[in-house]
Amino acid sequence: MADFLLNALLAGLALALVAGPLGSFVVWRRMAYFGDTLSHAALLGVAVGLLLDVSPTLAVIAGCLLLAVLLVALQQRQALASDTLLGILAPSTLSLGLVVLSFMRDVRIDLMGYLFGDLLAVGPVDLAWILGGSALVLLLLVPLWRPLLAITVHEELARVEGLPVAGIRLALMLLIALVIAVAMKIVGVLLITSLLIIPAAAAQRHARTPEQMAAGASVLGMLAVCAGLSLSWFQDTPAGPSIVVSAAALFLASLALPRRAG
Amino acid sequence: MSDSLIRLDGVRVAFAGREMLHDVHLCVQPGEIVTLIGPNGAGKTTLVRVVLGLLTPDAGTVWRRPRLRIGYMPQKLQVNPSLPLSVLRFLRLVPGVDRAAALAALVEVGAAQVVDSPLQTISGGELQRVLLARALLRKPELLVLDEPVQGVDVAGQAELYRLITRLRERHGCGVLMVSHDLNVVMSTTDQVVCLNHHVCCSGHPEQVSGDPAFVALFGQAARSLALYQHHHDHAHDLHGSVVLKKPHVHGPDCNHG
Repeated sequence: MADFLLNALLAGLALALVAGPLGSFVVWRRMAYFGDTLSHAALLGVAVGLLLDVSPTLAVIAGCLLLAVLLVALQQRQALASDTLLGILAPSTLSLGLVVLSFMRDVRIDLMGYLFGDLLAVGPVDLAWILGGSALVLLLLVPLWRPLLAITVHEELARVEGLPVAGIRLALMLLIALVIAVAMKIVGVLLITSLLIIPAAAAQRHARTPEQMAAGASVLGMLAVCAGLSLSWFQDTPAGPSIVVSAAALFLASLALPRRAG
Repeated sequence: MSDSLIRLDGVRVAFAGREMLHDVHLCVQPGEIVTLIGPNGAGKTTLVRVVLGLLTPDAGTVWRRPRLRIGYMPQKLQVNPSLPLSVLRFLRLVPGVDRAAALAALVEVGAAQVVDSPLQTISGGELQRVLLARALLRKPELLVLDEPVQGVDVAGQAELYRLITRLRERHGCGVLMVSHDLNVVMSTTDQVVCLNHHVCCSGHPEQVSGDPAFVALFGQAARSLALYQHHHDHAHDLHGSVVLKKPHVHGPDCNHG
């Protein structure tokens, strides 16, 4: 197997693994729009990174984390409805990123790669970032799992029971920001949320516990990565969109399967 | 009082300039059932949120017994249908609870049959019992119940109130609950606090139910209940503000300023 294909496969599988549990929370907490906003802002991170001459990956991680904190702060003021706020920020940051990039005429960048992913161009350094980031997210998720479930079920009940709700909510947003930052290379800023949501939604109908749904989403996501990469390899289709199409096909198949009894 | 579980003095809460709570005093002793009644929008839930520490009052003091363990039963629980969660798993979200403890709590509230059902599929009455079980799993010193019989049929309501009384006896905890159901509440409570942005009247149920303040708030429904001697010298306008007919004289159970 060619090296670049192996890199792509490992990167895709690592991302799908962490996207399962995190995507489940995105579905349970109705945060799809939040994910979109963060991922659209990632392009601005790329532009700023190029402008300041720091690693784009680092700039995107920093940018996403910063925006996540900013969103939490803005949402607590509640001057605007949450979806309005996100609806303003998502296209604005994406457009600002494109505008800033257009000013840097001496920098040649692959815009399509950032928008839709360039999985087959994942190098050893990218792979290290993706594997490291995924491992970190998984490690952080273990102690956060039960508190996250508790605040998802009822925030005030969780607060009365002594959980630091605001901190846990912020931690979840930061984890999602981290995953989006490392996922950008794989499926691109426009498609990242689909990798979080579609496998989780496909796993939901057949899961009986939160953990089953999270693990099922991971497995389905990994299947989608394998199927998408094969499609890309044999039919020369773009890798990122091929993965998303595969995930969507798995979702449709999950609808066709009979629901498990019980 | 140092043996109180919680004590509120002169609590004032305003939202966007509109006063929801005005000079509210409230005190719950161990083993005592205090029921909060009042019309819709009277600030009952706001007061509960202050007691729980979810809301900081604009004025006044809130004193809680140090490390007070509160078991809270929220007014409603809406879990996203996409979250696959059994009743058992819901109860085990309380740290340190195993299957045996969760099942014991469910048996105590009479809902053991739903232990493995998905949380979203059980009936309203069963859900109330499950929420009560979750509050009990905290081994509470104070139980706070926000409209515990909501969505429960009439026969079930009386049973649920009897259950709450039994739980108080078995666990020795204080209970603060919000209710609309005048008739049922009166027989199961030690102290009634009648709230309409301020404490209109409070005291033992047989006293309060005859209070003109109480009758003024609840109308004819209240007249069928027992009588109480304490002159109500103020009326309420549509916003629940006090309209004084003559200078206000404080009665023995009158907690407002």
